[in-house]
Amino acid sequence: MLAWTIYLSFAGAFVLALLPKGKPALTRNLARWLALAVAVAGLALAVAGFVAGMGQGRQIIVDALWVPSMGVHYLLADDGISRVLVLLTGLAAVSGVLFSWDIELRTNEFFAFFLALIGGVYGVFLSFDLFLLFVFYEIAIVPKYFLIAIWGSTRREYAAMKLALYSFVGSAMVLVGLLAAYSTSGSHSTSLIALGAAHFPVSFQMWVFPLVFTGFAILAGMWPFHTWAPTGHVAAPTAASMLLAGVVMKLGAYGCLRAGIGLFPHGLDPWGFSFIGIGSWRDVFAILAVIGIVYGALVALAQTDFKFVIGYSSVSHMGFVLLGLMTLNQIGMTGAVMQMFSHGIIAGLLFAIVGRLVYARTHTRQLAELGTMHLARRLPFAAWAFVIAGMASMGLPGFSGFVAELQVLVGAWMVNPWWVAAAGVGIVVGVAYTWRALQKAFFSDETPPSAHLLEQEHEHPLAAITWPEVTGVVLLVGSSLLVGLYPKILLDTIEPAVKALLAGGGR
Amino acid sequence: MSGFHLLTLLTVLPLVGAAVALVAGRHARAVALVTTLASLALALVVWTQLPVDGSIGLVERAAWAPSLGIQYYLGVDGLGALMLVLSALVTLMSVDAAHRVHHQPGLYFGLVLVLESGLFGSFTALNFFPWFLYWELSLIPAFFLIKLWGGARRGPAATQFFVYTMAGSAALLVSFLAVYLSTGSMDFSVLTQMASTGALEQAVTAHLGPVTIWLAIGVLAGFAVKVPMIPFHTWLPAAYAEAPSPVTMLLTGAMSKMGVYGLLRIAIPLFGHQIAEMRTPLLVLAVATVVMGAWAAAAQTDMKRIFAYSSVNHLGYCLLGIFALAVPASGAATLTSQAAALNGVILQMFNHGLTAAALFWFVAMIQERSGGHRGIDNFGGLRKPAPVLAGLMGITLFSSLGLPGLNGFPGEFLIFRGVFSLSWVAASVSILGLLVTAAVILTVIQKVFWGPVAAHCVGFPDLHHGERLALAPVIGLMLLIGLVPQLIVASMNPTVMNLLAHWRF
Repeated sequence: MLAWTIYLSFAGAFVLALLPKGKPALTRNLARWLALAVAVAGLALAVAGFVAGMGQGRQIIVDALWVPSMGVHYLLADDGISRVLVLLTGLAAVSGVLFSWDIELRTNEFFAFFLALIGGVYGVFLSFDLFLLFVFYEIAIVPKYFLIAIWGSTRREYAAMKLALYSFVGSAMVLVGLLAAYSTSGSHSTSLIALGAAHFPVSFQMWVFPLVFTGFAILAGMWPFHTWAPTGHVAAPTAASMLLAGVVMKLGAYGCLRAGIGLFPHGLDPWGFSFIGIGSWRDVFAILAVIGIVYGALVALAQTDFKFVIGYSSVSHMGFVLLGLMTLNQIGMTGAVMQMFSHGIIAGLLFAIVGRLVYARTHTRQLAELGTMHLARRLPFAAWAFVIAGMASMGLPGFSGFVAELQVLVGAWMVNPWWVAAAGVGIVVGVAYTWRALQKAFFSDETPPSAHLLEQEHEHPLAAITWPEVTGVVLLVGSSLLVGLYPKILLDTIEPAVKALLAGGGR
Repeated sequence: MSGFHLLTLLTVLPLVGAAVALVAGRHARAVALVTTLASLALALVVWTQLPVDGSIGLVERAAWAPSLGIQYYLGVDGLGALMLVLSALVTLMSVDAAHRVHHQPGLYFGLVLVLESGLFGSFTALNFFPWFLYWELSLIPAFFLIKLWGGARRGPAATQFFVYTMAGSAALLVSFLAVYLSTGSMDFSVLTQMASTGALEQAVTAHLGPVTIWLAIGVLAGFAVKVPMIPFHTWLPAAYAEAPSPVTMLLTGAMSKMGVYGLLRIAIPLFGHQIAEMRTPLLVLAVATVVMGAWAAAAQTDMKRIFAYSSVNHLGYCLLGIFALAVPASGAATLTSQAAALNGVILQMFNHGLTAAALFWFVAMIQERSGGHRGIDNFGGLRKPAPVLAGLMGITLFSSLGLPGLNGFPGEFLIFRGVFSLSWVAASVSILGLLVTAAVILTVIQKVFWGPVAAHCVGFPDLHHGERLALAPVIGLMLLIGLVPQLIVASMNPTVMNLLAHWRF
């Protein structure tokens, strides 16, 4: 059932690309409704697959030999981790279409790229063959480039190129690692299941693991390879920023988990010596994750562009995912997957508010200029949506982020309390930058407005909030609240999958 | 009543009301009135359903995130139920008082009702996670109520309030995280049980080293900000003065009780031993809160700031009672004193909530009539043009002063009775606070109501029938509790004995 999310998205992309352009208005209308229909169908399939998979372990969807000479399988399967991330992708797709409702330029092509990207993402989360996973991974990168280069804003060519180059460098590292693994395993199969059963020599894992992990972690925004993320997020059109932060960064984290830790668990073993307290790749990456958490938060605090605040906050929040992965224990890794879902929802929401609800109306993202616009009064919906999204982003209890980050911290505590202490600083700064952005952008009108100003504002009203925007906000806020108030709904699916992965990974 | 989720219903009801109020526009206040009346009725039903032995009743449990030890766990004893009634009452009074909200009434009353839900939740939740959720849920609306509807300097006041309370919350969260990591539980009942045998401290020491005292300090800091206790009180005068008066009623009447309640429900049960070790410095701070709160009130001329500092003073008595009773049990005499002090603290929580909320209500009424003035020097001889206002506010002021026969007296009396035998020094010094408060209150009465009628006070409109009707039950309750304190004490005593039985100092 879940496989249809992939096929449907690609089919939708194909049809959209071929839509006749004779009547622009008609094409535009048709394109967006078709895109919405495909995205909603994908979400429906994802929900159905999630519900059907409750209490189930790994389920093979389809397994066919694809390139016999290399042992490449067309192997799609889903476990608890996949199902949660597919659900996230479905939510991101629907809300992304809703927040792109007003795209004027080459509407059908925009949605075609959009759905192709979504299809690739679904594919990555469902592939249990290394080669197939890599193919889908690359498929996802290409449309991303065009979405930014054609429909982007601030320095879009630069950002698109930077993003593409970083991605390809990461991919190259991953590819080298994967080819090495394939030839070393001797199992003549690229299936993750077969490779997972192969016992790679520890010395081999020691050098392949950091290569593959770093390759994927680049896309997850790991410090110091994160610099593509803020520029890319800012340049991208709203829907693409939502997807970038919402799901594409999760591709990287997912690759780290599935291919990095899943295949080469002994790459995390101690080196046997320690240098300034660092005695394994695990320490190295955990420290990079913690630096990302704190650095991202501090840089976000200093931004003057609203979208850059959110962009750097993504680096900080993704640090929690990487830190959770490095705990290598049940609770921390469950937290990492929860955080992937949670950040996907919340980052999507934040980018939607900044890019679509605010920027599309104010045509500025400078916090100082927004502060003079009395947005709390003129765009109350956007202001209160940001209040709620900001609370979720700060990790207040009741929202998904709290449970996720709490689990990561608890898991990390069991390994090294100093990581937690440092990450705690990141959380406090996180409250500060969110609060600062909220105050500056929406609630900075201390003095009552003059009659003249009121008149001016009356003559040039900001466009009213539209139904797709309201629907999108409600969908995302509802998801974060649902998971925050009833975390069991995801935990029951994630926990067994993480347990299986930890057990199967030889740890 | 098992199977009927009374407490959940109570917390959800205001949220539903908030959603309706948001879209009700002009009718939002009516929606809020209906909701708060229904909440009060429900809270009273809860009160009648309490177990007679003072234990926790009306328990609701549901799995939430088992791997994290998080459970949806609600329940109340007499203390919780009394706070529910107080919150419902104060919110009703606040909504009643807020008849002049013209700017976005839907949002205003929506936020007030969300705040009420947060209050209800934090007085019923018995697992850290849901409790913390409700604790924060009440903070956010309070911030916006100050920020959007406050006076001229509302921005800094709201930010200061938020930053202080958030810092307190962070201290609480870190301490609880450490407790959870050591014990694997977030359940107040389980943790209280562990603390009463000393297992909590052992677990913390085994996992983290000898840091239990720091965890106790973290938890105390979180509550000390909320109450507030000197020196964590500096956010309060600005917040109370800049918030619209109906919001100040909520802040002082109900939200400050979250801090005292937290001390009784969480800090003392879990860290009683550590608090007993720090008893002397804590008593010094409590006495300072009592005395300096009163003195600071004496230095003000703005009525809102006077009552704000006098709130600090009154809650100082609660702190005094709580910290004084933190001594290891040594015979029946100590237990009697502890029980007296604790009974007094709980009574004082309720009475201060009622009286302080009423005082700020009167300030709101005076401000409406005077065009925004609220300095005590702006008025004079009000009792001639407005005798009913003067009479009713006079009763409330005397209740605040602690006059026997009114509700303020029995609580403070019981606290002093208990504290005198537990720490006569603290009690003696605190008497100063009583004296200064008396002087402050009498000054207010003198300057505002007595003396020659100030020129611009001629024809000052008296309370109209609606206001008299709304105030009558409040004043009636003050008299009733003052004359028959047994009404509350009798049903509170089993809870007090039950609490003391589970505490280890």
